[in-house]
Amino acid sequence: MKDFLFVFRGPTPEDLKLSPEDMQASMQKWMAWIQQLNEKGLYGGGDPLLPAGKTVQGKKPVVTDGPFAEGKELVGGYIIVKAETLEEATELASGFPDFQLQGSVEVREIMKMPMPS
Amino acid sequence: MSSGESPQQLVDHLFRHEAGKMIAVLTRIFGIHNLELVEDTVQETFLKALQVWKYQAVPDNPAGWLMQVARNRTIDLIRRQQKLADISEELSLRLGADTEQVIGQFFLDTEIADSQLRMIFTCCHPALNPEDQVALTLKTVSGFGVSEISKALVSNDATIQKRLYRAKEYIRQHEIRFEIPAGEPLKERLDTVYTILYLLFNEGYNSSKADELIRHDLCAEAMRLCKLLTEHRVGNTPSSFALLSLMCFQASRFDSRMGDDNTIILLEHQDRHGWNQELIRRGYYYLNLSATGDRLSVYHIESAIAAEHCLSPDFASTNWETLLKLYDCLLELKPIPIVQLNRSILLAQLGRLETAIDTILDIPGIAQLLKHHYIYNAVLGELYGRAGNIAEARRLLEKAYELTPSLAEKKLLRDKMDQLA
Repeated sequence: MKDFLFVFRGPTPEDLKLSPEDMQASMQKWMAWIQQLNEKGLYGGGDPLLPAGKTVQGKKPVVTDGPFAEGKELVGGYIIVKAETLEEATELASGFPDFQLQGSVEVREIMKMPMPS
Repeated sequence: MSSGESPQQLVDHLFRHEAGKMIAVLTRIFGIHNLELVEDTVQETFLKALQVWKYQAVPDNPAGWLMQVARNRTIDLIRRQQKLADISEELSLRLGADTEQVIGQFFLDTEIADSQLRMIFTCCHPALNPEDQVALTLKTVSGFGVSEISKALVSNDATIQKRLYRAKEYIRQHEIRFEIPAGEPLKERLDTVYTILYLLFNEGYNSSKADELIRHDLCAEAMRLCKLLTEHRVGNTPSSFALLSLMCFQASRFDSRMGDDNTIILLEHQDRHGWNQELIRRGYYYLNLSATGDRLSVYHIESAIAAEHCLSPDFASTNWETLLKLYDCLLELKPIPIVQLNRSILLAQLGRLETAIDTILDIPGIAQLLKHHYIYNAVLGELYGRAGNIAEARRLLEKAYELTPSLAEKKLLRDKMDQLA
């Protein structure tokens, strides 16, 4: 079993101007998806990210406020999912509930190499 | 977590209802002049909860948890205000301990119910115009989003925003108080509330343009708010129960009124087996509870009329005599053309066709009504048809066809014209 990082991108819920009813509908879908992963023992936890942050880059380095990524590009959270192959993991990613809300999932295998003792 | 469990289901409209409660409580705490701040705070609270719950798990008591988060946020905001106020550290400390206590009081169940009632009364302030009252109620009491309101009222977002803005501006400029009136003003305010709740119900019941789920939502919401009213000492009046009973009776027929291809099914043709018996039962239950006091309201009579239809196993067995008496009573309280019209239909059912036709022709202002409103043409046309005056019947039904924008009504009228000898 390998570990995969699912990186979620998309407009913030604030930007989407969801009504309480919309939020509940979204919640139901997430609950169903995570439960599915949990039942198969494939869910490795996850967290949402606050939209504000800092970017540190360059030789000095320089700190800037950001990221000010475009709505669809902003990373909103991540989860870790277990699967045998990238294909399998990608299949699981198709259950992501926010495609209709301009959301997307990036699926990346977490590199592991057993260290020599 | 055991496998094979179906996912935890959130109670229908939980977030909407909790949002309504939260807005009411926070408005009581921060003041009605801070309504925008309150709405923003509630929105933030829900969004944060949503974000966190997505990745972890919905707590066993999501409603309680949401309120807890709202409460803590409120205490934070108040403390921040206190910091800005130039006060001593000692006072700050003293207030600190008490702030939690004081704020906590507002979140008790009885106080939440009280705040909700204040919100309903404020939204239904008689100085606001009815469509603004409806929009504000749906937004702040019922937790609907702006798009949901426009879909429900078959309008558009910009119009709804305008109504909300007008209502809030009026409240702010005239310093409308966030309170439950007392004495005579209370009676008047309750009357406005009933009018708005009934308007809301009818938007859901009679609109053929909005989609079915939303219409259903509106009716259910009107009933929920009416029930909320009856659970409060100020609102549990005979009229409140009468209105609730009326809504139950009408809602019981919700599904039988439209055919599959969006055709209208008249009362006489509805499949009464499709009427919701549970709602009818509840209608009688509330009708009984309304039979107290010395004030007969319009809702009592309308509910009795609806009850009479629900009692009857089929159209033919309906007690038309009783209905006529009820309409006589209704006419005294509501001497308006549409009631006259409905009464004339009853006269026709009792075989008094000529009297029925004369009654319509005697309605004050009937010439103008026939010029502009399809329903008067449709009914009068139908009666002339039954009386054998085919030429006049056809003329009136054609006029009705011309006047109504509704495709479903047009189809019904076309069918009636085809049936004319």
